[in-house]
Amino acid sequence: MYPFTYSRATDVADAVRDKAGHGASAYLGGGTNLIDLMKYNVEQPAHLVNVAKLPLDKIEDLPDGGLRLGATATNADTAWNEQVKARYPMLNQAILAGASPQLRNAATNAGNLMQRTRCYYFYDIETPCNKREPGSGCSAIGGYNRIHAILGASEACIATHPSDMCVALAALAPTVRVSGPNGERSIAFEDFHRLPGDQPQYDNILAEGELITSLDLPEKGFAKNFTYLKLRDRHSYAFALVSVAVGLELEGNTITDARLALGGVAHKPWRDKSAEQLLKGQPATAETFGRVAAHVVANAVGQGSNDFKIELARRAIVRALQQATEGRQRATDAFLNSNP
Amino acid sequence: MSQTDHIGKGPNRVDGPLKVSGTAHYAGEFNVPNLAYGYVVNSPIAKGKVVQVHADEVLALPGVLAVYSHENVPHLAWFDRSYKDLLAPGGSPFRPLHSPDITFNQQPVALVMAETFELARYAAALLRVDYEQEKHETNLETKRTEGYLPGGGKLGYAPPPPPRGNPEKAWKNADQKIEAEYTHGAQHHNPMELFTSTVEWLGKDKITVYDKTQGVFNVQRYLTGVFGLSKDNCRVVSQFMGGGFGSGLRPQYSVFMATLAALELKRSVRVTLTRQQMFSIGHRPNTLQFVKLATNPDGSLASLQHHALHETSLFEDYTENVVNWSGMQYQCDNVKLGYQLAQLDVYSPQDMRAPGAATGNPGIEIAMDEMAYAAGLDPLEFRFRNYAERDQNVDKPFSSKKLRECYREGAAKFGWDKRPLEPRSMREGHLLTGWGMAGGVWDAMQMPSRASARITADGRLLVLSGAGENGAGTYTIMTQIAAETLGLPLEAVTFELGDTDQPQAPLQGGSWTAASVGTAVKNACDALGEKLLKLAQKQKDSPLKDADYDEVEFVNGQLRLRRDPDRAVVLRDLLQASGVTQVEAESTALPNMLKQNGYSLHSHNAVFAEVQVDEDLGTVRVTRVVNAVAAGRILNRKTARSQVLGGVVWGLSMALMEETIMDHKFGRYVNHNYAEYHIPVNADMPHIDVLFVHEDDDIVNPLGVKGIGEVGMLGVTAAIANAIFHATGKRVRDLPIMLDKLL
Ligand SMILES: Cc1cc2nc3c(=O)[nH]c(=O)nc-3n(C[C@H](O)[C@H](O)[C@H](O)COP(=O)(O)OP(=O)(O)OC[C@H]3O[C@@H](n4cnc5c(N)ncnc54)[C@H](O)[C@@H]3O)c2cc1C
Ligand code: SF4
Repeated sequence: MYPFTYSRATDVADAVRDKAGHGASAYLGGGTNLIDLMKYNVEQPAHLVNVAKLPLDKIEDLPDGGLRLGATATNADTAWNEQVKARYPMLNQAILAGASPQLRNAATNAGNLMQRTRCYYFYDIETPCNKREPGSGCSAIGGYNRIHAILGASEACIATHPSDMCVALAALAPTVRVSGPNGERSIAFEDFHRLPGDQPQYDNILAEGELITSLDLPEKGFAKNFTYLKLRDRHSYAFALVSVAVGLELEGNTITDARLALGGVAHKPWRDKSAEQLLKGQPATAETFGRVAAHVVANAVGQGSNDFKIELARRAIVRALQQATEGRQRATDAFLNSNP
Repeated sequence: MSQTDHIGKGPNRVDGPLKVSGTAHYAGEFNVPNLAYGYVVNSPIAKGKVVQVHADEVLALPGVLAVYSHENVPHLAWFDRSYKDLLAPGGSPFRPLHSPDITFNQQPVALVMAETFELARYAAALLRVDYEQEKHETNLETKRTEGYLPGGGKLGYAPPPPPRGNPEKAWKNADQKIEAEYTHGAQHHNPMELFTSTVEWLGKDKITVYDKTQGVFNVQRYLTGVFGLSKDNCRVVSQFMGGGFGSGLRPQYSVFMATLAALELKRSVRVTLTRQQMFSIGHRPNTLQFVKLATNPDGSLASLQHHALHETSLFEDYTENVVNWSGMQYQCDNVKLGYQLAQLDVYSPQDMRAPGAATGNPGIEIAMDEMAYAAGLDPLEFRFRNYAERDQNVDKPFSSKKLRECYREGAAKFGWDKRPLEPRSMREGHLLTGWGMAGGVWDAMQMPSRASARITADGRLLVLSGAGENGAGTYTIMTQIAAETLGLPLEAVTFELGDTDQPQAPLQGGSWTAASVGTAVKNACDALGEKLLKLAQKQKDSPLKDADYDEVEFVNGQLRLRRDPDRAVVLRDLLQASGVTQVEAESTALPNMLKQNGYSLHSHNAVFAEVQVDEDLGTVRVTRVVNAVAAGRILNRKTARSQVLGGVVWGLSMALMEETIMDHKFGRYVNHNYAEYHIPVNADMPHIDVLFVHEDDDIVNPLGVKGIGEVGMLGVTAAIANAIFHATGKRVRDLPIMLDKLL
């Protein structure tokens, strides 16, 4: 860990100003990811601006019927918020499927979006990694890549975005509000994270100095027919090998609207809009689900130790769609998702 | 019923309050004044040379005190012998900072000393080290045909017994037979507490070392050997450990580093390893196993062959007993056991909970399940048909063996009789349920040990033995033994351990502490008891005048005649009346070879497990485990049960998730942190029933105890793997069984 200076911002403008006033600097949320990375010398900010205590921790109704999740509200407070539980239960389930109670109590919503990949090599500064050190090479390609991407990867990087919360967010499609040296802007969630391409050092499109202030959820929450299915190497406190967030609207047995997003498979939370189109207007049957699942993984590419994820993802999509159709998220997930 | 009968009951841990109130001091918590801090720099390559350490660059930072590497380490002991600790295997022990040669990845190459931990860590990050890299090999698969016999054993190692009968011919001629290969990856102990050593400088080459170790005398031996200190000037203390599991049996490089720096800087020093560095200090070796079994038409074993090959370092022949138990677990006249090593560019493996057995047991016990199915027999029935009444390895009877009772009582508790033989026959929607079983054997050992006991006029007893305690409950059971021997309440007894100023005790491992230190404690208390009797007999009109020691007993604070309990003296009155301030005795306990020689001494268990497997997704949940254990006399039902619960956690971990992954390109472990090195969390744990089967044994030792720490882990891994087969019909032979292997 390298030495750094530290300050606590009083308001958004102060935070943005403070960060801009220092060279290599970073915002600090709950610190559950950034501090680890600093200890491993993966990140070496010379200045930290603590934003965790900014008054951005509210969860409040929006005039358009949506819900605003403050950037510094903790993952735990967000998951257990009554509005979230009632209107966006998929989000509640996704957050609770992640990390541990202690971590969720500390982690902020913005930090969750901004958390970095768990790629083993990214964490180990003794091995080459294009994301950590552009141009040095990707150790995961041809290495051990059980937790790596099967969709949208590049020759430069096959890392995945590790968040559970973001998979549900990808399905719910909120707007990310940010404030920066050049003012405020809103970013559609699907545009926020990016694919690695030849610049894997960038996880998302946030510009230097921009601070996330809130996540604005639209009204539609898919509270009746939804699921968040997470498959991992132990029953809690492990990142997803594959996860699936599904939201459906049904008329009788016909799907009228659908959302489908995957975690653990790509550099970003993987929402598949074409699969959603394939679902719309179709009967909610095993046949439909199988066809859509095959479509989602049609272009998937394995890297060796993660080859199994292609088949696993296919089966998980089918299962998630079944669960969502039957509206029995909790009962089934008592088996798989033991959190909390 | 006396109030001072303690053995066999389940009192709470006597050290519990200290632990939960933070007053139990661990190695990294001795805050002696003027501490300097060290941070270790490790090699990023697996093989090659250190060309240069650019120490001058970081020495320029204010507050950095020194950088030690092979370039400037002072003259230390020359001969290998001086570096050999009590558990050193054959070969040449690793000498930290000794030469520029790199023989494994993460080899420590430098120690940075600074005024604060943070500064030492920062300077370590800046320290430039130039390497010359050579081609390494870390993949056991490449050494399949290059196995060799170990060049020398270590404490507790026994080469496999010679073959008996004609196993290969019997296997060829049999109609029902199996042949299979089993593997598992490396594992690291990963106790919660990191390795830390605080070395207190007491002036003129005199130090006290607060270390995380399972053997203070072993560390003392090592440090005096390496640094040329006298024993009097090198006291080693380790009263509490946040887990060890074998990782603290041999002195780790942290204690070498801290001692080196303290002697050089003439100052107190602390060195703490990071979690990542906890993957550079020895591991359960990656192992390949080959098993052949065959049965006669009546279901008796016609042939049993078990061969193991595991990795070791280039410099030491690390050995453990992987296959030996297979030759005594079942009755079979045609047996061949083999054991070989292969050298790789890795650090020496190290004993890890149930070393060898945890490896070989799943091999033979999954094979037995496969054989049962090949023979069309229920796996439990198959084991009854091949029950070993005698240890055929050494051709001796068992001192006691209540394995049959373990099978029966465990099966009854589990409901095994309702099990359909056919795999895939218990289904509920997409969930397949399976039931599996397996058994285990571990050696009942006793090592020479000493203890002292001292009673003071206020009636308080202090018992000392320099044993280790890694959380198993040693403080508590020794307190129970001492209190019961001298008829005192637990509150009147203090047991202390983990200090080289105390009477010498063996390393804390092998499940031998209860038997070894327990017997020493009992002997010391009896020796003290004899003195107390003499003291009583000196009193005027003593009611115990002509009594021999074996005619009296200590009960409820009294010393009294067994046949006439009214003839008694109250201990405290006696001490006060006789005017002594204290009475003291010390004693040694050695295994009674005369008594033991004719017997094979072992503990046994039988495990029954239920799993549910999601057929589509491959996820496994263990829903029930019954672990029935025969381990002689159970000293404390509560701590013994906790040991077995922990064993189930370990066995489940090995079955389903635990593995250190090596990237052979770098020759480096990749999942070296708690986020990616998976061990079970609460959500993974099933309902566990622990049964202790009654077993009397006056041959193993006077207390009749066999030890419980290792045997509780055995059988669990195989029972789960066998249950997964019963659920799915899929036989997975490569542990751990992660979901992709069941898709
Ligand atoms: C052992 C372990 C297991 C875990 N398991 C899971 C899991 O299973 N599923 C899962 O989803 N997550 C898991 N996590 C990750 C956890 O969810 C993240 O660490 C957490 O969400 C990060 O939030 P934070 O507030 O602590 O972020 P910090 O660590 O404080 O910051 C993370 C990043 O966000 C930036 N940042 C913080 N706030 C802002 C802001 N307002 N605007 C712009 N940038 C900002 C920081 O500069 C930094 O780059 C796990 C973490 C650990 C350590
Ligand atoms: S996958 Fe990406 S993060 Fe991992 S080593 Fe390759 S470049 Fe680095």
